Amino acid sequence: MTAASDPALQTGDNAAALRADELRERATLLGMSVPALLIVGVIVFIPVGWLFWLSFTDGDQLSLTHYRRIADITHARIFWQTFEISALVTVLALLLGYPLAYLMSQLSPRWAGICLIFVLVPFWTSLLVRTYAWMVLLQRRGLVNQTLMDLGIIDMPLRLVYNYTGTVIGMLHIMLPFMILPLYAALRTVDMNYMRAAANLGASPLRAFWTVFFPLSMPGVIAGSLLVFILSLGFYVTPALLGGGRVMMVSMKIQQDAGLYFDWGAASALGVALLVITLGIFWVLSRFMRIERLYGGR
Amino acid sequence: MNRTPALASTALAFAFGATAAGAEGTITFTSFGGAFQDAQRAALLEPTAEAMGITILEDTLTGIAEVRAQVLAGAVTWDIVDLGLADCAAAQEEGILEPLDFDIISVEGFDEAAYSSHWAGIIYFSTVLAYDNDLFGDSPPQSWADFWDVENFPGARSLRNVPVGTLEIALLADGVAPDEIYPLDLDRAFAKMEEIRDHIDVWWTSGAQSAQLIADGEVDMLSIWNGRLDAVVDDGINAGYTYNEGIAALDCLAIPRGAPNKDLAMEALAMMLAPEQQANMPQYINYGPTTSLAFDLGIITDEQVAISPSAPDNLAVQVITDADWWAENRQAVQSRWDEFITR
Repeated sequence: MTAASDPALQTGDNAAALRADELRERATLLGMSVPALLIVGVIVFIPVGWLFWLSFTDGDQLSLTHYRRIADITHARIFWQTFEISALVTVLALLLGYPLAYLMSQLSPRWAGICLIFVLVPFWTSLLVRTYAWMVLLQRRGLVNQTLMDLGIIDMPLRLVYNYTGTVIGMLHIMLPFMILPLYAALRTVDMNYMRAAANLGASPLRAFWTVFFPLSMPGVIAGSLLVFILSLGFYVTPALLGGGRVMMVSMKIQQDAGLYFDWGAASALGVALLVITLGIFWVLSRFMRIERLYGGR
Repeated sequence: MNRTPALASTALAFAFGATAAGAEGTITFTSFGGAFQDAQRAALLEPTAEAMGITILEDTLTGIAEVRAQVLAGAVTWDIVDLGLADCAAAQEEGILEPLDFDIISVEGFDEAAYSSHWAGIIYFSTVLAYDNDLFGDSPPQSWADFWDVENFPGARSLRNVPVGTLEIALLADGVAPDEIYPLDLDRAFAKMEEIRDHIDVWWTSGAQSAQLIADGEVDMLSIWNGRLDAVVDDGINAGYTYNEGIAALDCLAIPRGAPNKDLAMEALAMMLAPEQQANMPQYINYGPTTSLAFDLGIITDEQVAISPSAPDNLAVQVITDADWWAENRQAVQSRWDEFITR
């Protein structure tokens, strides 16, 4: 029953009551979101703003000391390595994740569900546990090297961990679900009738895939890639444990600087620099891709 | 607060080994947790609490950053903190510690490098050269020069990923006499590090990691804290080590500036640093007392003396880390180290 269908409700009193009802409902909704807003405001924006401020101060006065300190070759290398590893992990996750997400999108819901469980179980396992597991698998006398040597494929153990290789393997494993889940969600919604139409018009399966299916899956590719890239930038535990000291990412340097120098400014400056560079990359990417589609914009 | 007769009588009572109920109260002792703090509890905290008739609460920390945060925020909850050597010196320099009252604290038998105006060493531990006995048999590496000798001592190697201690090791490997290590010749040390960098398989960062590396056979020789290696050997791993050219370092005890129970803490600190209590430590964990007097009391057994990092014979062949030098140069050296390690 709507207001229009009942003349009695169109009287002023009722309209006012309805408006009051609506206002109450809005107030309730707003009230319910207050705790979340407060938490975000108090726990995220104020401290981050404060750290931002600290990065521009030295003692009590404004200063660029902390930024001057990070403008050296060591920090350049650390930033470069952080972005390089993150990009590499993103590309590898896409190469490994896409076929699986594609397969899952073509399976019956039952089999897709089973596949999903195999993706999710590691996802639910502690990051630390998985990192240590890789250590055990990849080390000099670990399962991988032992097996390869027993099979006579190699004579000397391969250096698979405590270096760049180990870091990328460990991060890739942890990041894969973050790629597969958004990809799968996007690929599932692609209408396969387009593919049939393409085949009908004479396209080979490969051509139909690249000209029809792949472009339609781009939102998933972008969402997954961004998620993996951003999360990789902030990685700490995995490179610290699997990098063997050779791999130093920005987060590790932030931790080191917070302990080594007298105030938080030194570490804040690194955080701000990472944020600015990341936003810069986005800005460049947004010139070529429609990133805003991710947030539901058109 | 003035030192009252009650406090003085407690000190007196302690000197005679009696159980005195002097000052009542509570202090909070903060250390690194785990087996180390368990040992400190049994060797130091329980006897001190009983002798003074006080309650000692415990907390754990990971380093200077937390102490600094408490002091700078003016919200100090810890009365006594355990810190690594470089942190002690840095904390003193930053002014976040209370000065020690050497009228009640005795440092008799301490090495000059083992205490300062605002902190006093509580244990010695040593970064030693350890190796896989199965691989090297009767002729293991016995010096850092051997460690650098990749021809005659082939095998996977690991060093700690920090300049403190590791640069001293490089200089020893290059033939610098142990008593001429400080001030560090940085150019020489880093040049020597260049020689070994491609032969280092892992740069370890945590004590647990170093123990895992030798236990799993991931490396064949490494620098490692003596207590960590003892634990590995206790687990049945056939590894050995030498104190020769070890790098002895301290953990210190200190009182954060503005500690809530400063005077009581000062007194408790005096008891913990006394030889009678320090001599308890080796029966719980193999860290060495910081006062040589602890070895004269007959509490520490001959077997414990033989493997103690601070037993006079063992300390004589080691280099004692110079905390003051590191406090002054730590940041500059760390930058250079980062440049070296990320290359």
